[in-house]
Amino acid sequence: MLTGYARYRKYKSAFMSALAVFCAILVVTPLGLILFHLLKQGFSSLDWNFFTQLPRPEPETGGGMANAIVGSLEIIGLAMALAIPVGVLGGIYLSEYGSEKINFWIRFGADILNGVPSIVWGMTASAIAVIPFHTKSAYAGALALGFIAVPLILRTTEEVLVLVPNSYREAAMALGIPRWKIIVHIILRTAMKGLVTGVLLATGRIAGETAPLIFTVLGNDYWNHNLAQPIAALPLQVYNYAKSAYEDQHQQAWAGALVLIFMVFLLSVGVRVIATSRKRN
Amino acid sequence: MNPVITRKPFSMSDQAKPAADSSTVAPTPAPRPNPATTASTPTAKAEVAFDIQDLCVFYGKTQAIKNVHLQIPAMSVTAIIGPSGCGKSTALRALNRMHELTPGARHTGKILMKGEDLYASHVDATVVRRRVGMVFQKSNPFPTLSIAENVLVGLRLNGMRDKTFLNNRLEESLRMAALWDEVKDHLNRPGMSLSGGQQQRLCIARALAVRPEILLMDEPCSALDPIATAKVEELIHALKSQYTVVIVTHNMQQAARVSENTAFFYMGSLIEFGPTEQIFMNPKNPQTEAYVSGRFG
Repeated sequence: MLTGYARYRKYKSAFMSALAVFCAILVVTPLGLILFHLLKQGFSSLDWNFFTQLPRPEPETGGGMANAIVGSLEIIGLAMALAIPVGVLGGIYLSEYGSEKINFWIRFGADILNGVPSIVWGMTASAIAVIPFHTKSAYAGALALGFIAVPLILRTTEEVLVLVPNSYREAAMALGIPRWKIIVHIILRTAMKGLVTGVLLATGRIAGETAPLIFTVLGNDYWNHNLAQPIAALPLQVYNYAKSAYEDQHQQAWAGALVLIFMVFLLSVGVRVIATSRKRN
Repeated sequence: MNPVITRKPFSMSDQAKPAADSSTVAPTPAPRPNPATTASTPTAKAEVAFDIQDLCVFYGKTQAIKNVHLQIPAMSVTAIIGPSGCGKSTALRALNRMHELTPGARHTGKILMKGEDLYASHVDATVVRRRVGMVFQKSNPFPTLSIAENVLVGLRLNGMRDKTFLNNRLEESLRMAALWDEVKDHLNRPGMSLSGGQQQRLCIARALAVRPEILLMDEPCSALDPIATAKVEELIHALKSQYTVVIVTHNMQQAARVSENTAFFYMGSLIEFGPTEQIFMNPKNPQTEAYVSGRFG
């Protein structure tokens, strides 16, 4: 019953649909490959020791990356402690106070900063916090990662605050509530889930950064809780071990990469859980 | 400087209507005596809540309000009617300085509230808004707050912590908004869990909880069904013994039902102001007549 032209359109539609499906699969294939490869290579080296022991000097086998895992958490925590106040307050300014002209330039600047290669941030942080103190340190690493997180948090904060309907601002204004209290108690509270999502995404982004840490943190084979000194970090340890000549260290590097990707994966799941709970409310 | 518009502590005895305060202020000049105002209330001369003198409001280059003179009587309901875009909402928002939130808004002229200039340089808009409450077209309870928190948010965020006072005020306000019986058993549910009509009454309760002296309503029933509308209208009737109410409405029957006085705006100008009955039955201006008889607008 189909005329020639209708049949042609049907085939064209089927072809385009198939192409779209193929491209969609193509996008997630690398994720599957990476996970498969990491699990295959790294899972065997993942044992209790990996999470509890220090690295062992080269001829010995075994040991773990406990210091690097803790060091990474310390650096990331410090970086977020620097970046969250700056990013969130800047986002509040953009959404609630700034004039259109100023906002344009701040957004423009933040978008450029978002595109700055992370190694440049490493060099910047090094110039600020390594060279003057003559030592690499966790502080310098946190500064570098904080630089990366600030524009991300700034933009997501602005975006979620702008989504808060103006009618809530007006309602609060009409009650004679001071502006800053409206922002803290009404607007931030309404946008809280979006804010947390933005912060977690930024955390995931900086968790795996390696290049800035090479310039700033150096790495450490021992426990160090003095943040003004070089400290171990998971991405650095993976990088150093992957370059190593010893097979055992290669295995450890695979395991470290697996742990790293699992941390980012957990953050993504957290983001999803928060985002869907918003829909339910 | 000015002793009258200052941040007042919340009085525990409540209902301290500051009518007495105006003794400190020079008597209101009346640039255009309006016989209609007095005619509406047979018992002596009505007190004036707002004295609008030569008000012009601009948004950027467009003029939304043109040289309006209007005296809004206290303790009664004044309706503002007119076709869309005639400036009636702007006129209402100028009364608690809400129009200033629109970027590019500016104005000339004066608005005296019980004799005090609302726009004097030392007057804080936040304080004005605490005294002049507002209910909006679309109900807008805060989504993260419970019913009780919504009602009390204005008091709490202005520093009131006394638990018994807050509890009393919660019940009083919800009763005034005719919502108490419907929500008293689940005050901790989210404000958004209520129906549309209930949400609007919740917003009225929220506005009343800070005990403003004047209540502005911007088309409060336009998103409600007839039953919910009837409830809100009953509420407005009940409020006028204690409050000055200014209501903008699209619905002329509603204006006729709830108000004592009606102002008709057209193209940013006040065309006619007088007792509601006179505006609807015997309008003096042919434009008013054309609008209320449904020939345009």
